[in-house]
Amino acid sequence: MQQSNTYTLLFTAVVTIILGFMLSLAATALKERQDLNVAIDIKKNILRSLGFSESDSEPWTQEAVIDIFERNIDSFVVDDNGNKIPDLSVDNIIETDQYPVYCNHIPGGGIDGYALPISGKGLWSTLYGYIALESDGITVKGITFYKHGETPGLGAEVEKEWFTSNFVGKRIVDDNGKLVSIQIIKGKVDEDSPDAYHQVDGISGATMTSKGLNAFLMSDLKKYEPFLQRIRREGSS
Amino acid sequence: MSLLSKKSKTVLTDPLMNNNPITFQVLGICSALAVTVKVDTAVIMTVALVFVLTMSNTIISLLRKLIPARVRIIIMLSIIASLVILTDQVLKAYMYDMSKQLSVFVGLIITNCIVMGRAEAFAMQNKPGKAFWDGLGNGLGYGLILIAVSIFREILGSGTLYGFQIIPTALYESGYVNNGLMVLSPGAFIILGLIIWVQRTITNVEED
Repeated sequence: MQQSNTYTLLFTAVVTIILGFMLSLAATALKERQDLNVAIDIKKNILRSLGFSESDSEPWTQEAVIDIFERNIDSFVVDDNGNKIPDLSVDNIIETDQYPVYCNHIPGGGIDGYALPISGKGLWSTLYGYIALESDGITVKGITFYKHGETPGLGAEVEKEWFTSNFVGKRIVDDNGKLVSIQIIKGKVDEDSPDAYHQVDGISGATMTSKGLNAFLMSDLKKYEPFLQRIRREGSS
Repeated sequence: MSLLSKKSKTVLTDPLMNNNPITFQVLGICSALAVTVKVDTAVIMTVALVFVLTMSNTIISLLRKLIPARVRIIIMLSIIASLVILTDQVLKAYMYDMSKQLSVFVGLIITNCIVMGRAEAFAMQNKPGKAFWDGLGNGLGYGLILIAVSIFREILGSGTLYGFQIIPTALYESGYVNNGLMVLSPGAFIILGLIIWVQRTITNVEED
């Protein structure tokens, strides 16, 4: 049976409106819960980049994440010159030249590491994550990615531990104190190479994701460089 | 006395074994490889697919006399896509970590050949009741294989089952290592191939 054009158009329109209405209803109703999940996931990633880890047998509950975060993590905002901006919370950043810093304070004073947000284009999507540096402002403590849309099995491997664990212990500045960032290379790092201190193993099949990652790691670390230089000076004096 | 008429029962149980969507119809292989590293992801994926398939079959069957023939595929797709997005949203709200692990594969249920195939081949020609059982049967048939594959992969690849340690630590100490191949997609291919072989030997199917 061949229906008339009017019927076809009308039927399609009605179906579209009903489905669209249902979906927007569901999305609005669930938004609050989803936003909460995302916020907790970000906290979890900050903790993970700073070296906190959950055990396999006892994964963190949402309450535990909030609790550990509040007990251990301080946050502040720095500007282009590396100065702390007083009275500005990381949640209220509006200007593009204000950068959030999360640090892990040790009981009894001192800082155990700084987590800095990183984000930028991979192949298909924008990747979001955190890179944490030791208190010397040079050595990488950890790196995590919490949001991306890269190909599973290829680019999406950036969030896997085998990849992120390679970053730990690498240095982002060379011997002269110049920022060199971390470089993902093709294949395996030659441990005897003079550049090995800032290179990590690449992911085969994910050249574009790695290239993007190299580029935005450099540009994001550059933004924090004035602040990091200050830490390095304070550390060595 | 049985809950189902004999016909509905065949519609439900046939896809579990003789006419299994994965091993016999060879549909939905992509996700069967991707989400079967661990049993828990396979279980959630099964629940998601059973929900989408049962609902889409029922809804499309209810509308089967109203859907204009010329645009039926796109209408089916919009219904399926809406159900999938709904599932994805619920997972994001209530099982966030799980939804991150399943990543794009929940969304890819839209393109899962089983869903589209059952809508076009069965729901468009049958009454809602039968279409419901067909959806449930095919969804469970898919899940059965998914979970079977994931059980092998998790035990051999990670030494655990549903997150619990199965391989005793003493065995690791005496030099046993997990099979890395099982964590990767080729491992799923091999397991799936073996399952298809065993299943076809039992049911005695001949390729035309």
